[in-house]
Amino acid sequence: MIDAAYHRPASLAEAAALAARGGDVAYLAGGHTLIPAMKSRLRAPDALVDLSAIAGLDGIALEGDRLRIGAMARHAAVADGEDVKRAIPALAKLVSLIGDPQVRNRGTLGGSVANNDPAADYPAAVLALDAVIETDRGSHAADDFFQGMFATALADGEIITRIGFRVPDAAAYAKFAHPASRYALVGVFVARFADGVRVAVTGAGPGTFRWTAAEAAIAGGGVVPALAPDDLNSDIHASAEYRAHLAGVMLARALGDLK
Amino acid sequence: MQISLNVNGVRHDLDVPPASLLVEVLRDHLHLTGTHIGCDTSQCGACNVLMDGKAAKSCTVLAGQADGSEVITIEGLARDGALHPMQAAFKDAHGLQCGFCTPGMVIAGLEIARRHGPDVDEATIRHDLEGNLCRCTGYANIVKAIKAGAEAMA
Repeated sequence: MIDAAYHRPASLAEAAALAARGGDVAYLAGGHTLIPAMKSRLRAPDALVDLSAIAGLDGIALEGDRLRIGAMARHAAVADGEDVKRAIPALAKLVSLIGDPQVRNRGTLGGSVANNDPAADYPAAVLALDAVIETDRGSHAADDFFQGMFATALADGEIITRIGFRVPDAAAYAKFAHPASRYALVGVFVARFADGVRVAVTGAGPGTFRWTAAEAAIAGGGVVPALAPDDLNSDIHASAEYRAHLAGVMLARALGDLK
Repeated sequence: MQISLNVNGVRHDLDVPPASLLVEVLRDHLHLTGTHIGCDTSQCGACNVLMDGKAAKSCTVLAGQADGSEVITIEGLARDGALHPMQAAFKDAHGLQCGFCTPGMVIAGLEIARRHGPDVDEATIRHDLEGNLCRCTGYANIVKAIKAGAEAMA
């Protein structure tokens, strides 16, 4: 059994106040990473602050060139969202590949992005789609937000409220899923805008990153150079060399699927 | 911690430890042991229940998160002694062997029927069973059962 205090505040201010009380306090969004992590004792917070009763955090709205999705939007709602499918079909597809139907009914955008698992799908979309991460204290540009394995620009107690994805001219996501966990062994998200191409890779390294050499090659019509394995992950699932190779394959698939 | 749950149409006001899991509340407090704990790591789907109409892994939902919601477990599907069409389809298609995964599979079948309707195809069923593990059947008859069950529910 999990041993922790549990709070379910009705407002962001109340949630932030609970987090500021001190001790190891964790925000709970969908819980589909945090609860398993607590069961395996990878995390042992003293208190949980459940964000699910705070109104207004799960909307989806297309506003100009931004698709804004509330942090508590469940994966299933995003994958099936009409605005999402119309404005950024590649994003709807990416979300439909997360976990399984039961996980998608509970997991949330904000939870995934705040956790920044190096093999999660969402961070690649946030980075490639030049998103703005809005919080209860301000906002972060995606380029500054992801800071390596499970690390983000969020300050202690800061809560993601909404993420504004920039609507691209075309985009695609290709993922080589680990067959058991469905996490990305390597995933590549490509987004084409009027002012350039952005390519984000997940699963391969200690956190999602932009593959700038590929971006430059695509923009210039040149051949994409191989991704160097030097900074990539090597573990029981795959070697760094294999991941580097997969990144090239996933990029080619994404480019072929760009729409 | 006080929570209120509607389980299989009956309201329960319960006093549970603060971070209990929904599956613990169902099994240990309400003695609804049809919902199984298989892996306890969100992989196997044996603990699937419907929460406000949508399938969820009850080993990965806290009691507090479920507070105020409507939960349907495998025990809540039959009506007046007659099996739910999805349960009947599992029986008719022999969609089980040892039966351990079956409650979660039936709930997954209901989720598939809800999302894809009566004409769902085999490939979709197989894809949407990604979060449910069966170690006996090889899945063939489970897929047949869900297809027949979804049709029968129309």
